[in-house]
Amino acid sequence: MAETLDLSTFVQHEGGTAHLELAVEGIVCASCIGKIEGSLKRLPGIVEARLNFTNRRLAVDWREDELEAADVIAALEDIGYRAHPFQPERAETEEARQASWLTKCLAVAGFAAMNIMLLSVSVWSGAADMPQETRDFFHWLSALIALPAAAYAGQPFFQSAWRSLRTRQLNMDVPISLGVLLALGMSVAETASHATHAYFDSAMMLLFFLLCGRALDHAMRRKTRAAAGNLAALKAEFAHRFDGAELVRVPAAALKPGDRLLVRPGDRVPADGVVLNGSSQLDDSLVTGETTRRAVAAGAVLHAGSVNFSGTLTMRVTAAGTGTLLDEIERLLEKAVATKSRYVRLADRAARLYAPVVHATAALTLVGWIAAGASVHDSIITAIAVLIITCPCALALAIPTVQVVAARALFQGGLILNAGDAIERLAEADTVVFDKTGTLTLPQPGFDNVTGAAPELIELASRLALSSRHPLAAALAREARERTPFEAAIEETGQGVRALIDGVEARLGSAAFCGVDATPGANAIPGASTICFSHGGRHAVLVVQQKLRPDAARVAADLRALGLKLIILSGDGSEAVAPIASALGIAEWQGGLRPNEKIAIIESLKARGHRVLMVGDGLNDAPALAAASVSLSPISAADITQAQADAVFLGEKLAPVREAIVTARRARRLMHQNLWLAVIYNAIAVPIAIAGLVTPLIAAAAMSGSSVLVTLNALRARRAS
Amino acid sequence: MNVLIYLVPVALALGLTGLAAFLWSLRNGQYDDVEGAALRVLSDDDVS
Repeated sequence: MAETLDLSTFVQHEGGTAHLELAVEGIVCASCIGKIEGSLKRLPGIVEARLNFTNRRLAVDWREDELEAADVIAALEDIGYRAHPFQPERAETEEARQASWLTKCLAVAGFAAMNIMLLSVSVWSGAADMPQETRDFFHWLSALIALPAAAYAGQPFFQSAWRSLRTRQLNMDVPISLGVLLALGMSVAETASHATHAYFDSAMMLLFFLLCGRALDHAMRRKTRAAAGNLAALKAEFAHRFDGAELVRVPAAALKPGDRLLVRPGDRVPADGVVLNGSSQLDDSLVTGETTRRAVAAGAVLHAGSVNFSGTLTMRVTAAGTGTLLDEIERLLEKAVATKSRYVRLADRAARLYAPVVHATAALTLVGWIAAGASVHDSIITAIAVLIITCPCALALAIPTVQVVAARALFQGGLILNAGDAIERLAEADTVVFDKTGTLTLPQPGFDNVTGAAPELIELASRLALSSRHPLAAALAREARERTPFEAAIEETGQGVRALIDGVEARLGSAAFCGVDATPGANAIPGASTICFSHGGRHAVLVVQQKLRPDAARVAADLRALGLKLIILSGDGSEAVAPIASALGIAEWQGGLRPNEKIAIIESLKARGHRVLMVGDGLNDAPALAAASVSLSPISAADITQAQADAVFLGEKLAPVREAIVTARRARRLMHQNLWLAVIYNAIAVPIAIAGLVTPLIAAAAMSGSSVLVTLNALRARRAS
Repeated sequence: MNVLIYLVPVALALGLTGLAAFLWSLRNGQYDDVEGAALRVLSDDDVS
C-alpha cells in the first residue's frame, strides 16, 4: 500500500516559503557540509539550506508550491544522511536568549574593566607625582565608564539577589551585589572628596570574572540540551495513520486522540490507545519490565512503547492517562515529585554560612575602629574595604567552574545531564538500585547461543533472517556477518521464511515449520523465545532472550569496589531476575514489583539514611526515578521516564553509570578544595582589610589571583580516570 | 599633560568600537556555528 509522509506539524509557513528544521545523523567531516547543502540547493524550489555543524542541525527554506517536506528528507536519504524533523523546544529558545544576554553583559563588563584598568594603572604607577586634578579626572572618567557598565552588566546578579531576598533567602548573589554596589558607591564618594583611592577597577573586574563563569556554565548547559534535543528527534517514532482510504505516515508527536492507527508486527506502539481489531502478542518490557509477552485482542488497552510481536493491529488513540497503568504511574509520579525534598546546592549552603559571617565581620570592623578612636569616615571606608575584599569572587567561581569541566567530561563519556545539581547528588550516592529489563539488559532481546549451535549454521540462519520482518528474526539478523539476504527468500506469514541455499532448502521459523523439536534447553532464561532453523539434514534451535549489557558484570564489580551497595528491583517475574542477579553477583534483588512497591523500597532505604541512585528505563520506573535521590536512565527509556531522570546515558554499555559516579565524586572533591582555597584567601586578605591597609592595587591583585587559582584547580576535573 | 585631551577620547572611542563590533557580530549570528565556520574555510566549492 502506498504511503505518504505528513510532516505538516514541523513545517513553519511564512508568505509562500516553508521552513523546516532537521536533526541530521551521520555528519562526521567537513565535506558533509558542502555535500548536504550542495545537493539540497540543486533541488528546484529550495531557497536556502544551511547546516549548523556545531549542533548538527539543518535549516531548510523552500517555496511551498514547488516542493514537499518529504522531498527534502528523501533527497538527504539519497546521499546517505538520515534527517529527523525537529521542533525547537521553548526551553531551548529561552536558553539561547539568555545566553546571548549573558554574552552581551560579559562584553560590556570586559570593555569597562579593560578601560578602567588602563586609567587605574596610570594612577597607581604615577601616584607620587601625579597632580591631584589629573588623578580626579581619571577617577571621574572611570566612574563615567563604570557606573553605566555595572548597571547593565550587573543585572544577572542584581536580579538574582533581589529574587532571593524577596523569598527571605540568601544566595551567593546577595554578597556579590552588595560588594559591587558598595565599591562603586564608596568610590564615587571618595572621588568627590579628592581622595587617593577608588575601587572602580575592582568592581568591574569582579563582574567580568563572575560573568565568565556564568557564561561558560550556560554554554555547557546549552550544548547538552541541544544534544538531548537531537537525540529526542532521532528517537521520535512515526505512526501509520489510517484515515478512511489513505495510509499516512505521521510523526508520533502529531497524533491526536481519536486517530486510527495501523500497528504492524515489529512496530512500536506509538501512542496510548485501545485495540479496534486484530489480535497479537505484545512485548511490554519497556512499559512494565515484564519479558513475558501479553496477548491482546479487540478492546485491549495499549501503552506507548510496547512492541507488537505477531499480528497487525488497528488501534484508536486515546488521551494519555486513561489506561489503568498510566493512571497509577501519573498519580505515583505526582506524589513522588511533591514529597521529594528539595536538594540544597553546595554553593547555596556555602552562601548561607558565608554571607552572615562576612557582614558581621564588616560591622564589627566599623564598631571596632570607632571604639578605637578612628573617625567615622575612616571607619566606614575600612568596613567597606572588608566587604569588597571578601566579595566572594573565588567562592562564586569555585563551584560553577568545576561543574562546567565535569559536565563536559561526562558529555564526552556519553552522559547527558538534565539537572544542574545532578553532579553533587551523584557524588553523594551510596546505594545503586537497578531496574533489570532494558537497564542491566540490552533494550532489545538478542540472540544468545545457549544451545551451542554450530557457528556456520548461525551465520546461515541469521542471513536468512534478513529476509523476515518478524521481531525474533530481526534480533537474529543482527548477528549476520554478511549483510546480503539470500535471493528468492519467501516469507510465509505466521510460520517462517524459506530459501534455497546451495540448492538445498533452508527453513527458519516455528518448530512445526522446520520440523524440529524446539526445546531451548536448561541454560535459557525463562521467557526466552526460540526460533528453529533447518538446512538439509542439519538443524538448530536458536534462542532469543534478554541479554546483559556487554560490560554489566565488570561495571557491577567496579561499583561494588567503589563502596556502593547494589540492588535489583524489577517488574519482571522472579524466575527471570534470579539468573541476571547471580550473573552479576548481586545478592539483593526482588522481582515482580509494582511501581508503588519500588517507591516503597526506595523510600525505606532513604529513611535509613541511604542516598539512592536509581537507574531505570521502563514506564513503571518513572515514579521510582522521581523518588530516588538521583537518577539515571538509558537513552532507550520511555519518554516519561527519561523526563524524570537527572541524566541520560547513550550506547549499549553500562560504563557511563560508573563514569558518572567517579567523575561526580572527583568533581565534589574539587568543589570542596576550591571552597577551602577561597576560605584560605579570605583568612589572609580579611585581616589586612580590617587593619585598613587595603589599597585598590592589593584588592585587584588578590581578587584576580584567587579567581585564577580556583579556575585552574577546577580544570583538574577533566582528567580521565 | 594636555595630550590627554586627545588621547583619552581616542582610547575610549577605540574601546567602544571594539565593543560595538563584538555586539554586531553576536547579533549577526557569527557565534552560532563556531565549528562549522572553521571547516567551511576548507571547502573550495566557490573556487571551481
